[in-house]
Amino acid sequence: MNNMKQAKRYSLQCPIPKSDYEHILLAHGGGGKLTQDLIDRMIYPLLGNEYLSQGHDGALLPPVDGELAMTTDSFVVDPIFFPGGDIGDLAVNGTVNDLLCCGAEPLYISLAFILEEGFLLEDLWKIVQSIAHAAKKAEVKIVTGDTKVVEKGKGDKIYINTTGIGRVMTGLNISPQGCEQGDVVILNGSIGDHGIAILGKRQGLELESNVLSDTAALKGMMMDVFREMPGIHVLRDPTRGGVASALNEICRSSGTGIKLIENHLPVSGGVRGACELMGLDPLYIANEGKILVIVPEKDAEKTLSIMKKHPEGKDSQIIGKASGKHPGILHLETSIGSTRIVDMISGEQLPRIC
Amino acid sequence: MPGSPWMHFGRWALGTRTYKNLPVLKYIDEYRDKQLVENLVRAISDTLSREWTLMEICGGQTHSIMKYRLQDLLPKKISLIHGPGCPVCVTPVGLIDQAVELASRPGVILVSFGDMLRVPGSEHDLLSIKAKGGDVRMVYSPLDALALAESHPEKEVVFFGVGFETTAPAVALAIKQAHLRKLKNFSVLVSHVLVPPAIEALLQSEQSHIDGFLAAGHVCTVMGTREYESLARKYKIPIVVTGFEPVDILQGIRLCIEMLENGLPGVENAYARSVRPEGNVEARKLLEEVYRPVDRKWRGIGTLPSSGLGLTRTFEKYDAVRKFELQDRESRESENCQAGEVLTGQILPSDCKSFGTVCTPEKPLGAPMVSTEGACAAYYRYR
Repeated sequence: MNNMKQAKRYSLQCPIPKSDYEHILLAHGGGGKLTQDLIDRMIYPLLGNEYLSQGHDGALLPPVDGELAMTTDSFVVDPIFFPGGDIGDLAVNGTVNDLLCCGAEPLYISLAFILEEGFLLEDLWKIVQSIAHAAKKAEVKIVTGDTKVVEKGKGDKIYINTTGIGRVMTGLNISPQGCEQGDVVILNGSIGDHGIAILGKRQGLELESNVLSDTAALKGMMMDVFREMPGIHVLRDPTRGGVASALNEICRSSGTGIKLIENHLPVSGGVRGACELMGLDPLYIANEGKILVIVPEKDAEKTLSIMKKHPEGKDSQIIGKASGKHPGILHLETSIGSTRIVDMISGEQLPRIC
Repeated sequence: MPGSPWMHFGRWALGTRTYKNLPVLKYIDEYRDKQLVENLVRAISDTLSREWTLMEICGGQTHSIMKYRLQDLLPKKISLIHGPGCPVCVTPVGLIDQAVELASRPGVILVSFGDMLRVPGSEHDLLSIKAKGGDVRMVYSPLDALALAESHPEKEVVFFGVGFETTAPAVALAIKQAHLRKLKNFSVLVSHVLVPPAIEALLQSEQSHIDGFLAAGHVCTVMGTREYESLARKYKIPIVVTGFEPVDILQGIRLCIEMLENGLPGVENAYARSVRPEGNVEARKLLEEVYRPVDRKWRGIGTLPSSGLGLTRTFEKYDAVRKFELQDRESRESENCQAGEVLTGQILPSDCKSFGTVCTPEKPLGAPMVSTEGACAAYYRYR
């Protein structure tokens, strides 16, 4: 599975379109000929659809049956290419997952680039291909976009901003306050993969780990869950700050105390090794293809079986329970049987000094 | 060998993971094994006849105790108090102010381990200087600071050398390499401290009621166990070299309690998989070559003679204080900060009047609330 992900999805069949330029120039963001050229050569061929090709300043979208959900996100990851994906993957998958956490079917995404002068066109091409591939897989359309260029030194290669629009599924009543005593917390796979993949690649830390980012759009899995399990109470994607931060927010919002079981937390060997080496706690490390699904206990087994049918959910398991003890507090039963609080992290995790 | 951890693991390990029929130890899981923890707690309870107070010296051990809530599992007759085993916490405010001053200078890259960045000085911490435009960078290894100096010959690179004997050899290596490569733009703000003088100061203090010590496993991996023998003899106290995982710490406590119950002071090694009596000979040679003992001020304790490291004559040109002619400035600490009493084990972090209210990891008054090795941070995070 990992090897499949690592292999490039696009190959020599998708070479970069011929251009007179190797690098992004300020003129590419000027709104003139070079901008149009960039969009015509790089964007439309890959992302083109009936909305984008209208060529309007915005997208004219058909009416949606039901309530709308909207989300926005900005992507500033460094490095932009990392084991398991790139900033383009994150932009689509992250936006799709945010909409799913609102209980909505993701439909449309807007895409805005802020490019730094001097950014390699070759790299932009790779990222747009990733975006195209991710959007196709997640069955969402990129319907409108924008490109700006800033002077060298005033940006960092590429920043991406997205807005996502989705249709709220009827019959769902999902909210962070919705967690109730007795509810079960399900997670769809191992924690910490994305953060460690990034940390491993970042300058100054050369880790020989085989950890890949878990970036993935969870639409297929969650649409099935929405249809068959309308009684879900809470959904949350544990991105920055990890599972611990996401669950802490839920505990505070709902006033329930959630107990995690350390022995049930799925952590891959590579992530574990890196964390032990650097004094990091996987509970606080970012994930990009994971979702916390909190359901009433009676629905737990069925929800698990639905999730496990999908590749992004094959390792789903119950990691904790909302208990009556310690209201509003996230706590953990350690592997040696004691219990401790899992607090909100302050700032970034800093590794040990000695 | 009595008290060897192997006695406990042999039977368990042989029954589980094997590779070509040999037991395979992963060095983490086994030392977090629930059954072993329960066995050790029972063994401690069985030996215990009265109250004892033990102090662990290393912040990493403090964190492990708190992370696994070992004090909840132990009999109430054992009190665990926490010593000045956090080099970040004992770095005097004046040195942090000097680091802040250097970081504020244009043309200087101040390089540090992560922990030091949020420790408050008299007015600022290094992270806020970074936000204001100072060039402050975090590294995992002092050799990375050396690489920075080589790649930025137009800048002065200063490494904030904080740490006990565990970290000092790596910093010494960087200094020695700088010397061999004739680097002109590299220096170190030397802030290293030594454990045995701190133990002696604690034992000499009138407020001390420590019955036994758990010595820092990684400090002893470098320095060996022999320098603790004279301390144990002089003060008639047991000192057990202890590791960091729950089973290690309980094993250290168990040995310490046995020695106390039997009235047998001395030094025992409960971290034999890492610590030898002579320590790491190569590392110690490097320490002797690059450093010499100096008097050092410890935050919360005061100046202890020969408790810090300074540079030997050959290497003193790499001393940032000398190079930049830094002055000792009047430094200020918050009067609400009781770090000193926490670091010397007189109070627990939770006894401090500012704990969790005025002083939190987001707005720390002192270093022990910031550092990952700090007792206050451990108590706050794992309460």
